[in-house]
Amino acid sequence: MAAISRDDVAHLAKLARIEMTPDELDHMATELDQILGAVKRVQEVATADIPPTSHPLSMSNIFRADVVKPSLTNEEALSGAPAQAEDRFKVPQILGEE
Amino acid sequence: MTLDYAAATNKYEPTLGLEVHVELNTNSKMFCSCATEFGASPNTQTCPVCLGLPGALPVVNGKAIESTILIGLALNCSIAPYSRFARKNYFYPDMPKNFQTSQYDEPICVDGYLDVEIETDEGPKTFRVDIERVHMEEDTGKSLHVGGSTGRIHGAEYSLLDYNRAGIPLVEIVTRIIPGTGKYAPQVARAYVTQLRDILRSLGVSDVKMEQGSLRCDANVSLAPIGSGLLGTRSETKNVNSLRSVERALTGEIERQANRLEAGMRIIQETRHFLEESGLTRPGRSKEQAEDYRYFPEPDLVPVTPDAKWIEELRAKLPENPADRRKRLQKEWNVPDSEMNSLINAELVDVVEETIKLGAEPTRARTWWLGEISRLANEKEVAPTTLISTAFVAEIIALITSGDLTDKLARQVVEGVVNGEGSPKEVIEKRGLKVVSDDSALMVAIEAAIAAQPDTAERIRGGNIPAAGALIGAVMKATGGQADAAKVRELLLKHLGQG
Amino acid sequence: MTNIYSTAAEMAAALDKKEITSVELTKAHLERISAVDGKLNAFLHVDNQGALEQAAAVDAKRAKGESLSPLAGVPIAVKDILAQKGIPTTAGSKILEGWRPPYDSTVVAKLKAAGVVILGKTNMDEFAMGSSTENSAYGTTQNPWDLTRTPGGSSGGSAAAVAGFEAPLAIGTDTGGSIRQPAALTGIVGVKPTYGGVSRYGVIAYSSSLDQVGPFARTVLDTALLHEAIAGHDERDSTSIDAPVPQVVAAAKRLDVKGMKIGVIKELSGSGFQAGVSARINESIELLVAAGAEIVEVSCPNFEYALAAYYLIAPSEASSNLARFDSMRYGLRVGDDGSKGAEEVMSATREAGFGKEVKRRIILGTYALSSGYYDAYYGSAQKVRTLVKRDFENAFTKADVLISPVTPTTAFKIGEKSNDPVAMYLSDIATIPVNMAGIGGMSLPVGLADEDGLPVGLQIMAPFMKDDLFYRVGGTLEAALLSKWGKPILSNAPDLAVK
Repeated sequence: MAAISRDDVAHLAKLARIEMTPDELDHMATELDQILGAVKRVQEVATADIPPTSHPLSMSNIFRADVVKPSLTNEEALSGAPAQAEDRFKVPQILGEE
Repeated sequence: MTLDYAAATNKYEPTLGLEVHVELNTNSKMFCSCATEFGASPNTQTCPVCLGLPGALPVVNGKAIESTILIGLALNCSIAPYSRFARKNYFYPDMPKNFQTSQYDEPICVDGYLDVEIETDEGPKTFRVDIERVHMEEDTGKSLHVGGSTGRIHGAEYSLLDYNRAGIPLVEIVTRIIPGTGKYAPQVARAYVTQLRDILRSLGVSDVKMEQGSLRCDANVSLAPIGSGLLGTRSETKNVNSLRSVERALTGEIERQANRLEAGMRIIQETRHFLEESGLTRPGRSKEQAEDYRYFPEPDLVPVTPDAKWIEELRAKLPENPADRRKRLQKEWNVPDSEMNSLINAELVDVVEETIKLGAEPTRARTWWLGEISRLANEKEVAPTTLISTAFVAEIIALITSGDLTDKLARQVVEGVVNGEGSPKEVIEKRGLKVVSDDSALMVAIEAAIAAQPDTAERIRGGNIPAAGALIGAVMKATGGQADAAKVRELLLKHLGQG
Repeated sequence: MTNIYSTAAEMAAALDKKEITSVELTKAHLERISAVDGKLNAFLHVDNQGALEQAAAVDAKRAKGESLSPLAGVPIAVKDILAQKGIPTTAGSKILEGWRPPYDSTVVAKLKAAGVVILGKTNMDEFAMGSSTENSAYGTTQNPWDLTRTPGGSSGGSAAAVAGFEAPLAIGTDTGGSIRQPAALTGIVGVKPTYGGVSRYGVIAYSSSLDQVGPFARTVLDTALLHEAIAGHDERDSTSIDAPVPQVVAAAKRLDVKGMKIGVIKELSGSGFQAGVSARINESIELLVAAGAEIVEVSCPNFEYALAAYYLIAPSEASSNLARFDSMRYGLRVGDDGSKGAEEVMSATREAGFGKEVKRRIILGTYALSSGYYDAYYGSAQKVRTLVKRDFENAFTKADVLISPVTPTTAFKIGEKSNDPVAMYLSDIATIPVNMAGIGGMSLPVGLADEDGLPVGLQIMAPFMKDDLFYRVGGTLEAALLSKWGKPILSNAPDLAVK
């Protein structure tokens, strides 16, 4: 029984905003199923008494002072923009949200 | 049949939940050193970090942490000894990284409360609003939608993005559900947001201007038949830009939901937008399929672990709770609720307190600010505090108290100061407004009045005291209103054998 | 006579003695690149003009007698994952084709300040995801030892550049072995510093809690010199360690391991490793013993889970880090013909701009973080991380440093593993535990495998922040091996200049 189905992959692709072809979805499902089969062994040793490590460091409270430093210029900020207008980033219409 | 609000709340009881976002007034952004000035040219306050450029990394603004802890303490929260930032992952063009660096299951402040008082039919009632959490996050950029019929998102041809606002520190304050408000839900919500605003202002951590977006309220409400013990499906209303709108939005939403339920329809769990003009809400993003935010601890930041010492240092900095302060002042000044409420509504409590601190007699301080100065302010359509300083007002009141000015003369002094003729002393000097209380000078005027009205003087000698009014009036006229009327009366009656 | 075959230390000495200018040295390297990079494809961008300008500037300073950094005037190649202002930075991906960052990464800024001459940006697996450089959107890099084989990855371009004498020094990044593995497969030295030892600001993020920037060079001393030039605290990186850089140059020169305890990791030996690899490792162990070190066997039983945990943690973090590539602010934009909305354009762009492996890991990561699966996958992987860390801590109570082979095999053929992701992932079996624990490790070339005459690398690992220990052991062993062979290992590589 596959751990991850084609529909699962389609849902994940949507969450990740990647428009995959049906072929890709099929292949991806097979590959991921294989990989998940290999990686789920982490569950064998991940018992309740073991705390998770999300970070190799044990530092805390790293803050900076509330001081203003120079920003990028408008040109620098927009320098990579695929499209711009009125000193702003121009992007396609944001649909389907309202 | 459509239910109106009264009918709706007779049948259904609302359960409230409020989320308030506060934009902090730090100099720099939450995770980078860009300026936070409002109104700057587009995309001139951005850097690799707040633009989410490849390779950029966040560094936490220490002042923002401090402000958040102060807010938590002022709301009676516990400050978590260990808290972390988390990534909230979703795609939206106003969010440069397509995740928001926020907090998830380890927020910095938890379990607080705010007691909120409102007027009910049975008199004042207090509701305790439990606060689940206070956490930190970052604001998004601003989008301008161009094209389409209304200029709003739907039907727009393209959007323009300004990331100046992206990364500005935001504090989110989330209440637990607020049950038992009944028909007063909208008032409770408004009172809560108002009090929150006052506290935040007193802490000095934000401009809290709802119109400018530095204080934002999302109101959640669900309905259930009264006494059913059930919880209905809730809707969330955004875009509530004023205190009045908080109240209106909830009133409207309760009515809308009640009518749907009456018609046998179900409530859709969704986000709705409040429309100022109509007071109604319209559907926005559907929350039916709640987005999976895939929260995980932010690997580019380390935990925040405030120690007890730091927390106590901050607690010592807390100013008095504004509601408590007002109660205390009302008691000290011994004024009725109506007058106190007038002062509060006119936002004069602070200046009155200051004026009294500068030595002015309390009753006069209140009457002058609420009376003459407010009247002039209304005429000029400005705030009273912009017209004249508390120092000058205190000075003028002191002169009235000492008898150097009558109320009538004082009004002229105020007028002169407001017109820019100078300080009270200078105005008095220039206009020659000093009260005449020198006995000999007054006697001259008194004798002249007596000489001009011998019959009246005779009547007074005969015991007709009220008749003195005519002679006092004559003396006042002769001295241009600058005689001390009480003194004139005293001297006159004495002179005529009646004092 | 100093030339492209000299070590960086020798070049620095010659520059210092004014036997050669930086411009001459830089020109020689640019000519070499011109001559051989067609075969190697190590470089994505060669900055002829910029490099010569940097070189001339250093020469001018030197002529004026200004004090200069140890590596001033020596050329270097930089992996195309580090932002260099105004220079194309692609991370090996189509989605960033043509992007020129408006800022320098901290490491690049440090190199510039030190006068190290940046020749250009090197090829890599897309977004550092891969172990062969075959995942580059710009074609794979060839291994100078055998042009039909990969140089490893993801820092394959940097390794090939150094092994192919296109640069004496190079910068790479290592998340699961991406410096150490290519170093081993190309017969050069590569180091992953302790996590937090080198700034990640400006390094395009793959897996934030595992990524580290590190040096490549042909000798241990050269590597140490570069390590000291780039390491150190950076206030722009909240995960950067605020402590003095370990004295790695001094350690590299020490040439003494007497009394040191060297732990051999039981689980990283045996049948899973190519015979020729094991043979060279065993010889190195004998040399270390001969030099006065004591060998102990240590067991790290949880290492067998490290690979699985890595392939949950890294894709999870990557799925979030790569969300920003949505065409809105920079990079590729596909499908914006005016008829499609933002979401569609984002999805079309990411589909077109990301390669197969990247998509695979993003989907895997999205899954591992998603609601309902977090605990089973990402959460469990984080626990394995704790276990791996404990294994190392335990091992380091018995030994000063630990050793193992770097890779199970010598360099594999191009195309051999590219269709079998799991087989590819296994190349990192020995290197991954080091990243999981956050400690540092070195790959040292220790000879050629008998079967195929290809380089074998020995991995030396040290406790957190004790990077000097593996430089000490590496330097000593390197000297012993040189003594044994009589000539540097790279002199066995084919002459690329031959047509």
